Amino acid sequence: MTSCIQVQELLCTCLMRQMVCFTEPSVKSSLKTTKSKKSLSRPGVKNIVLVEGVRTPFLLSGTTYVSSLLHEGLLNKTALPKDAVDYIIYGTVIQEVKTSNIAREAALGAGFSDKTPSHTVTMACISSNQAMTTGVGLIASGQCDTIVAGGVEFMSDVPIRHSRKMRKTMLSLNKAKTLGQRLSLIGGIRMAHLAPELPAVAEFSTAETMGHSADRLAAAFGVTRLEQDEFALRSHTLAKKAQDAGLLEDVISFKVPGRDIVSKDNGIRPSSMEQLAKLKAAFVKPHGTVTAANSSFLTDGASAVLIMSEEKALAMGYKPKAYLRDFVYVSQDPKDQLLLGPAYGTPKVLQRAGLTMADIDVFEFHEAFAGQIMANLKAMDSDWFAQTYMGRTSKVGAPPMEKFNLWGGSLSLGHPFGATGCRLVTTVAHRLRKEGGQYGLVAACAAGGQVRTYPLSMHCLIAEVHRAAVAQVVKEDD
Amino acid sequence: MAGVRALGVLSRIASRRYPALTGSSSRTFSVASTMMARTHVNYEVKGDVAVIRMNDPNSKVNTLSVQMQREMSEVMEEVWANTAVGSAVLISSKPGCFIAGADINMIQACTNTEEVTRLSQEGQKMFEKIEKSPKPIVAAINGSCLGGGLEFAISCQYRIATKSKKTVLGTPEVMLGLLPGAGGTQRLPKMVGIPSAFDMMLTGRNIRADKAKKMGLVHQLVDPLGPGLKGPEERTIEYLEEVAIEFARGIVAKKIPLTKEKGTMQKLQDYVMSYPVVRNQIYKTVTGKVMKQSKGLYPAPLKIIDSVKAGLEQGPDAGYLAESQNFGQLAKTTESEALIGLYQGQVICKKNRFGTPARPVKTLAILGAGLMGAGVAQVTVDKGIHTILKDTTVPGLARGEQQVYKGLNTKTKKRTITTFERDSILSGLTGQLDYSGFEKADMVIEAVFEDINIKHKVLKEVEAVISPHCIFASNTSALPIKDIAAASIRPDKVIGMHYFSPVDKMQLLEIITTEQTSADTTAAAVAVGLKQGKVIIVVGDGPGFYTTRCLGPMLGEAVRVLQEGVGPKKLDQLTTSFGFPVGTATLADEVGIDVAAHVAEDLGKAFGSRFGGGNVEVLKTMVDLGFKGRKSGKGCYVYQEGLKTKEVNRELDDIMDKYKLTPHPSVSSDSDVQYRLVSRFVNEAVLCLQEGILNSPVEGDIGAVFGLGFPPCLGGPFRFVDSFGADKLVQKMRAYEAVYGDHFTPCQLLLDHANDPSKKFHK
Repeated sequence: MTSCIQVQELLCTCLMRQMVCFTEPSVKSSLKTTKSKKSLSRPGVKNIVLVEGVRTPFLLSGTTYVSSLLHEGLLNKTALPKDAVDYIIYGTVIQEVKTSNIAREAALGAGFSDKTPSHTVTMACISSNQAMTTGVGLIASGQCDTIVAGGVEFMSDVPIRHSRKMRKTMLSLNKAKTLGQRLSLIGGIRMAHLAPELPAVAEFSTAETMGHSADRLAAAFGVTRLEQDEFALRSHTLAKKAQDAGLLEDVISFKVPGRDIVSKDNGIRPSSMEQLAKLKAAFVKPHGTVTAANSSFLTDGASAVLIMSEEKALAMGYKPKAYLRDFVYVSQDPKDQLLLGPAYGTPKVLQRAGLTMADIDVFEFHEAFAGQIMANLKAMDSDWFAQTYMGRTSKVGAPPMEKFNLWGGSLSLGHPFGATGCRLVTTVAHRLRKEGGQYGLVAACAAGGQVRTYPLSMHCLIAEVHRAAVAQVVKEDD
Repeated sequence: MAGVRALGVLSRIASRRYPALTGSSSRTFSVASTMMARTHVNYEVKGDVAVIRMNDPNSKVNTLSVQMQREMSEVMEEVWANTAVGSAVLISSKPGCFIAGADINMIQACTNTEEVTRLSQEGQKMFEKIEKSPKPIVAAINGSCLGGGLEFAISCQYRIATKSKKTVLGTPEVMLGLLPGAGGTQRLPKMVGIPSAFDMMLTGRNIRADKAKKMGLVHQLVDPLGPGLKGPEERTIEYLEEVAIEFARGIVAKKIPLTKEKGTMQKLQDYVMSYPVVRNQIYKTVTGKVMKQSKGLYPAPLKIIDSVKAGLEQGPDAGYLAESQNFGQLAKTTESEALIGLYQGQVICKKNRFGTPARPVKTLAILGAGLMGAGVAQVTVDKGIHTILKDTTVPGLARGEQQVYKGLNTKTKKRTITTFERDSILSGLTGQLDYSGFEKADMVIEAVFEDINIKHKVLKEVEAVISPHCIFASNTSALPIKDIAAASIRPDKVIGMHYFSPVDKMQLLEIITTEQTSADTTAAAVAVGLKQGKVIIVVGDGPGFYTTRCLGPMLGEAVRVLQEGVGPKKLDQLTTSFGFPVGTATLADEVGIDVAAHVAEDLGKAFGSRFGGGNVEVLKTMVDLGFKGRKSGKGCYVYQEGLKTKEVNRELDDIMDKYKLTPHPSVSSDSDVQYRLVSRFVNEAVLCLQEGILNSPVEGDIGAVFGLGFPPCLGGPFRFVDSFGADKLVQKMRAYEAVYGDHFTPCQLLLDHANDPSKKFHK
């Protein structure tokens, strides 16, 4: 996990640096469509803005990061005074016991003031969403003005525990007083004690792996293998296009010690339908439809955003990218609706914000599995589902594909569990400016782990392009 | 109680009324046979695969009824004749049921063994044709696949099952005193090996899908689906069908092998089994086990062994012949009749004849966290009802909560629930020492000490805190409910719910209504009992109600038998060899000698000399000496922790010497002792019907078998009177009456039946 902290340090530092050399957007179009609401700004409610978002390149687990043993934190001087950041929040899923509050370790290493408090949150795949919304809450309640929120995940180096039996023996060994006691404890060690315990990407409550669940979900909604492969191919093709066009400007280069500088996501691999069709089912064998190619892969990576109150950002001379307007978290039964979060959350957040599907210009949905995304789209487009399971009178409708994940998604860019949320929000902000939209919607689903409350969660967030960015666009138009 | 418990499996077999064909003959016969509307089986050709769907329109489950079989044969002929079809998928359109078995009524309609044998042979022929089908048939199984349904499935070329909890496979015929009569005894040993086949057929237990896959009973598993664009169950069946079609095509294209590569263990087992010596040893061992458990009272297990043996040793022709003949013979035995009667009775007692209660019970409070209270809590909380468990002391409450935890934890060990589900269930249980939250309770069940004054005290305390609609149920084994209700300000809401210990194992619930109990209160109590998974009899009020009252005279007689010098071991042997799953002396220890003494005294007072026989002082002395049964470590036997065998309590000899009676040689043979015990039980049961305590002989039989362990092979006291002959029983009782007096005086209803042989309790 040392590598983890160091990447984090780098990220924090870069975040600050980027804020200084903030690039002007090059959007040409302007806002023309009519919306249900001119703006989501409400009197008496503080405007909270996304100032900047950055991330490391997302890399396939076990490729490059695995060798990054040591890393000197690049402490660049930034214009942001060290003590200007009020609070730091990080999200992560699989925690290293030695650095259980990874946010604090990263902050200290990156040269933030040791007076800046930091904490770590966890909420499975939406951990960094949770980090951001926690930050929004702190700003809204007037606790803080400037927050760095982010997420990190290094699947290449997950903590592997000793078996429960071995742990028990080792703990007892600590307490053993005499040599005889120690020897008898050591003598009790059997082969079974030595088998390590790997963290599984499975639900605690149902013991079902995510892939298995996704396959069942795809089957429940009648999503075919062909549809899934097509969607996966679309994701990779769009990501490649975006990467080539230099649209993924949130990515910052990162020097891996002993290796070259990595500056690109390395999971983007546009293939052909024929090649995708050749793959065998990965989870439900042999008749399943979810394959390695139409699922997101295990990824290493980190991301971060700087969130501020609007007044503070403007006062400090920043040009914010977007307003973070509204968000909801929803939960469902972890067995059969594990990955249906977006279908439940989208109508709810739209209702809260007083918008309709048509008002949204940019959709960024987390793509855990192609089958899961397709199932969600079908669920959102079904009156029967809306009436039977969501207690609505009619469907909310599926987002149009021409607004949907146009710069690739988790299937192609990768999905470091804790870091995806910030990527989605930053991408929405960037796309809003590029495509000249006003409202963007982020949706991501996550598995849950606590007992009883069935906290399978889903996060939806509505972002509105910032007037600074809009002004920019208008000015350029002139 | 294993025998009683084993019958629980019966609950999963489904039966159905014979569909009356009256009136439906108006359909036109001029239409071509393919066009004729079939009601139970139809098929659709999807590409080159015929999808055959079964759906009995008159029932919740599919059974292999005459009509189902006829339509199936027609459809199969058409599928075989259709050149466009290369393979077939067999599937049920009913959620939760593939085929639940053969139609019992079809067997009962036969008048002699030859007819039943012919029925079996027809089934054998039909499945042989399926087995030899030139076009592969894939059985797509979702829900119960039992008895004839399993025999159908295993004659198909390939089997795919859903992993749903409702999907179970099994051969429960033995529970009905029958055997798998349509090729099951012949195909199963070849498919799953001889030991597993015997295990399946002799225990009749249900096998879950994942286990079935491991055993080689099914080839593939399919996950049940959650909500989608259609309901979960509907879509799961559709998905199963889609997958099965894919496999059917794969089989035709030779992409999917029909035989599985055998594992090393399997090969080894097959090799060992190829020696006749080994096989003979297995037959011997299995027969020995069966004889030990059934005491030779149940013919079906032996016939199963016989049929399997015939097939393996003398070839298929002899095997199939033995199977059909044995099936014919078994179907006409009194044992089979008794077991089928019990099964049908159980189906009746699993229905609420009082209708739906006005409001469902969502919160249930239990007073007293003892063995009973905690047991009731366990079977309630795991059904999703919020349960409050109240006791008066912290240690008592802790013990009770631990009992619930332990019960649920055993389930996780057996993997019927996960540890997550266990914790989730437990969060629905609130343990407390006060009456807080009782205002939300819809029903309160008290399981406090059996003392009318304590019962009155808690009743008053409870009525002060509960809401007006809340029902008060008393779990008492002998105190009349009207006496308890006398202290109530709303006696219409007071009812008796008599559970049997251990509550999570014993299936029976005896519900007692007084004249004041309202119909809605009864309906609610029955609804709760059914939710708890109980088989329910509803009886009238009176000392000892039905079950305890029947047990009273029998225990009295047992004490007399002991006083006459028959030891507890001998007494147990006599009763178990008559068919009781638990010997009378052991039963007394299990119930508790103190409880028995208490009840004997109370009932003796209420019913007078008829309940006499043994001296109550014997029991009282035992209690005084601390011999209270298993719970105190000593009773008729001595119980030691960790020891499975139990020794007779030698200290009992002194008591028996003190109260010694001289046996009368004319009525003291082994058989006489058995009939003395049983006739008093049966007479009291018949008297309960005569007095209107019992609503019907069916409930009487179910109560006696499931609550008191009356021999299942006899089908209950009423069926016993029918099959044994009321006149013969009265004759025996008169002989005992001559020696012992009015303890053995037959009741009027029994005399009526004895005088008129055409009178039967069961038609």
